[in-house]
Amino acid sequence: MTRPALILIAALTLAACDGPLSTLHPSGPIATEIAWLWWAMLVGSVFITVFVLVLLVLAFGKPRQVQARFWTHGLGLWFSMAILSSVLGAGLWVGERILPRDDGAVTVQAHAFQWGWEFTHTGADAQEERTFDVLHIPAGQPVDVLITSEDVIHSFWVPQLAGKMDAIPGRTNRTRIEADAPGIYEGLCAEFCGTGHARMRFSVQAHEDWPPDLSDQGATSQEGQP
Amino acid sequence: MTDATIDPEAAERAAPLTISRTPPRRALALHRELTRVWRNDRGLWGQITAVNHTTLGLRFMGTALVFFAIGGILSMLIRAQLATHQGAFLDTELYNQIFTMHGSIMMFLFAIPMLEGLGIWLLPKLLGTRDMAFPRLTALGYWCYLFGGLIMLTALLFGVAPHDGWFMYTPLSDATHSPGINADVWLLGVTFVEISAIAAAVEITVTILRQRAPGMRLTEMPLFAWYMLGTSVMMLVGFPPLIAGSVLLELERAFGWPFFDPTRGGDPLLWQHLFWLFGHPEVYIIFLPAAGAMSMIIPVMCRTTILGYGAIVAAILALVFLSFGLWVHHMFTVGIPHMALAFFSAASVLVAVPTAVQVFAWIGTMWKGHPQFHLPMYHILGFFLTFVMGGLTGVMLAIVPFNWQAHDTAFVTAHLHYVLIGGFVFPMMAAATYWLPLITGKRRVKGLGEAAFWVILLGFHGTFFIMHLTGLLGMPRRVDVYPDNPEWVWLNLTSSIFSFVLTIGFAMFVLDLILQVTLGKRESRDPWRAPTLDWAMPIPSPSYNFASLPIPQHLGKPARDIMLALARGEGALAGAPRGRRELLVTSVGDARPHHVALLPGNTALPLWLSASIGVFVLMMLASQYLLAGLSLMPVAVLIWIWARGMAPAGVLGEVEASPGVHLPVHHRSAQSLGRSGLTAFLVADGTLFASLMFGVAFLSVVTSGVAPPVATAQSLHSAIGLAAIGVALVLAARCAQTNTPRAVAIGLGSNLLSLLVLIWLAITQMDDPTIHARDALRAALAGYAGLHVLVAACMAAFVLDQFRREEITPQTQGAFGAWRMWQRFTSVVVLISVLVLAAQAGLS
Repeated sequence: MTRPALILIAALTLAACDGPLSTLHPSGPIATEIAWLWWAMLVGSVFITVFVLVLLVLAFGKPRQVQARFWTHGLGLWFSMAILSSVLGAGLWVGERILPRDDGAVTVQAHAFQWGWEFTHTGADAQEERTFDVLHIPAGQPVDVLITSEDVIHSFWVPQLAGKMDAIPGRTNRTRIEADAPGIYEGLCAEFCGTGHARMRFSVQAHEDWPPDLSDQGATSQEGQP
Repeated sequence: MTDATIDPEAAERAAPLTISRTPPRRALALHRELTRVWRNDRGLWGQITAVNHTTLGLRFMGTALVFFAIGGILSMLIRAQLATHQGAFLDTELYNQIFTMHGSIMMFLFAIPMLEGLGIWLLPKLLGTRDMAFPRLTALGYWCYLFGGLIMLTALLFGVAPHDGWFMYTPLSDATHSPGINADVWLLGVTFVEISAIAAAVEITVTILRQRAPGMRLTEMPLFAWYMLGTSVMMLVGFPPLIAGSVLLELERAFGWPFFDPTRGGDPLLWQHLFWLFGHPEVYIIFLPAAGAMSMIIPVMCRTTILGYGAIVAAILALVFLSFGLWVHHMFTVGIPHMALAFFSAASVLVAVPTAVQVFAWIGTMWKGHPQFHLPMYHILGFFLTFVMGGLTGVMLAIVPFNWQAHDTAFVTAHLHYVLIGGFVFPMMAAATYWLPLITGKRRVKGLGEAAFWVILLGFHGTFFIMHLTGLLGMPRRVDVYPDNPEWVWLNLTSSIFSFVLTIGFAMFVLDLILQVTLGKRESRDPWRAPTLDWAMPIPSPSYNFASLPIPQHLGKPARDIMLALARGEGALAGAPRGRRELLVTSVGDARPHHVALLPGNTALPLWLSASIGVFVLMMLASQYLLAGLSLMPVAVLIWIWARGMAPAGVLGEVEASPGVHLPVHHRSAQSLGRSGLTAFLVADGTLFASLMFGVAFLSVVTSGVAPPVATAQSLHSAIGLAAIGVALVLAARCAQTNTPRAVAIGLGSNLLSLLVLIWLAITQMDDPTIHARDALRAALAGYAGLHVLVAACMAAFVLDQFRREEITPQTQGAFGAWRMWQRFTSVVVLISVLVLAAQAGLS
């Protein structure tokens, strides 16, 4: 395929905010909630920007009698407080809803290293199954990921499923992801971690059946092991 | 009877300040007299010995502009690399060095020095004084900035520049994961440069509080001074955590003290806390001076006065306070509990309120007045458009769930450039076009400046607006290639193309400056018809600023109405009849004349001192730790010589500042500028100590890592030693109450004794600091304490020497007051350390 054609295709896919790493093309309830938050904040921001610009345009005219308190208190304090507290409230509400909680969700482990990911989930016979750079999760239900690091700080991020969470040596962080449907979702390391950072990608495979039968996939290959 | 008794001092304070004018003289004679005393030496040597605030302020800004160009070239390389998904030409290692240096240069070598330079250059003019409080310190700051910057640039040229990102997260930046000197260049170079930040913060604080023209109350001073006061206080409190963190990380890299190593009881998050405790206030440190310039320029451009002065001052104070409560919003993804994040999210959102107050006050000012389309106004409108959008994306990023998605993506890159270019670069361009006539004495060549503005505006928004989308489509920061993501190509290519437009715009802006300097026609005085003192002087501004200092009847008037009176010497301290650099020191609140400060003249001492500190830095970089220790000797000697330069000398009689106003010189005043400066420095030093204490608390309480080994110290010996240090330092502080040679000698002895005990404890009792972070922090605290006791001993020795030279008399205190302050501070922080160590030992 020629490059212009490629660019054209990319432009078209963008129209739908698509892309395997797009936060605007969510594939699970958590990412969807955050995407809605973004669209709401975007609309509000557009209104505020236009409002300020209109005020600026109107300033170019004859000098006017102005009430200082209207500008500093009315607009500066109360107008901004009203908007900010509603945004803050919405953020807290969404944040509380998408947190990991004690509801017996499936738990998997993600261990980051320079430069790759080692994932662990409990297989069919209660055996720990280790995979490299492919994380297996059940579809349609919340999954908690326990995130650790071998060496430096990395960050676990599957944009279509949820926000990111850092992998910090000496700590275990927990985050919740969820995919609506079976499929493969792209993930990456979001915290700069050295020369291999750009290539520290992984994918998440969501399965209809859990635990999945991986025997025919060769997914337990040792590729990328440190 | 009692209610009739009036405290005469209180009565004097309540009365309005009146100072009668000095009979006028010929302006030209005054000009020649002052120029002889205040001018720089001739030639290149004169540039080296210059301490004048106008010279150094301009040099700070000029050097910052050069670093801006270098940082800009690096950004071009980044954009060229990202224009295609396979990467154009840089290998990953080089790319990492380039983006790290781009961020570090723009933050530490462009933005901070630029605002320091603006403050240093402008404040004395705006406040009606002749120079900054500590001219030699200004020069020292400049040389430290230049040498630190050159070290970092040299490293870039040799391909060993820092490569861990400008916030240097450990463990990536530790000795295991970043061998080589790259990270050391950052830690040592930036800390070297930060000497200039602390120096500037100290003298800006003192200059604003103590050198305002008599009668210029704190509550009436120009808003730029309020903004710079907020900035300098934030620098005094904001930079020490970074300095503490950098020193600790360098200790870890150089000697293996594991402050941040989780396998030995350290915690990488401690670095993030210390870094962002600095890093977030830093954003406001950069924004406030720019906002201050806006508050000066907008009313003049709109032929009116600022709307809501009191509300703006309140907003500044709120920003200073709030900005220290939201550093955690850079750490929303490190695994802190959601409810704690909610607190920092609320604080981060709340900080938008005082910003909104200012923005609406400025727009209200424009409604009130009659805005005129001069060039500064273009850049002000550029500011509004850009900064409002940057502020809104900032609010978005303060919302925790959205932050989890957008953090560390191109969205953040876009946001921070909207805030920094919108909130700093556009206002600085407005400031440059506004104040340039005062610098060059010339008017600009019409046309090019406006064209530069439009190209910059187009280039900027073309580059960064769609970068928000790039980030939302998942592109992380700091990647050099993205072969699997063709959907990002056209976004990045667009950004790259417009970034070159942006660069062309900046080049046009610089060309406009050059044209004005070289081809501009002569400008008349006060071209903007401004109401402030900075324009009440000839252009370009003379080395001494004011032939006589403004007195109450000159304040609050248009610059052109008082210009002649000041030039003819009708104000205070007219001319330089005693052949010394003199300025008026006033009281903090209502600016009553207090005493006359005699400033040092031209000297190369700042260059030698910063060069000797530079030798220390280079030895540390070369891992020559013994030589590094030895190279501190010349530093100490030069500081001694520096302090000798402050000793009372010459005629110390009273000075008649105005008819009937007789003032003592600063050697005979207990409340000298030096005392104020030391107070400001001790605020910074106390914050440094608090940062170390934060480290102790964080590692003992928050970090749940490896348990420390059982202390091998013989606790009885340790207890006796610590108690001895405590007693000796209490004695030293007591001695510092009494201004006699005997008391000072005992004080010196007590300091030396406690230093010896400390060294004995460190050698015999302290556990190996490389084993566990607890012991490393103890060793760091011991080092901090030892350094302070050593300085206290040196100061006591200096005071004794002054007694020997008979420089200390009942009227002149010499360095005694400074020693007393330092001794008290030292004794208190060392006692606190001892108590904390005892508590820590008792708990475990």
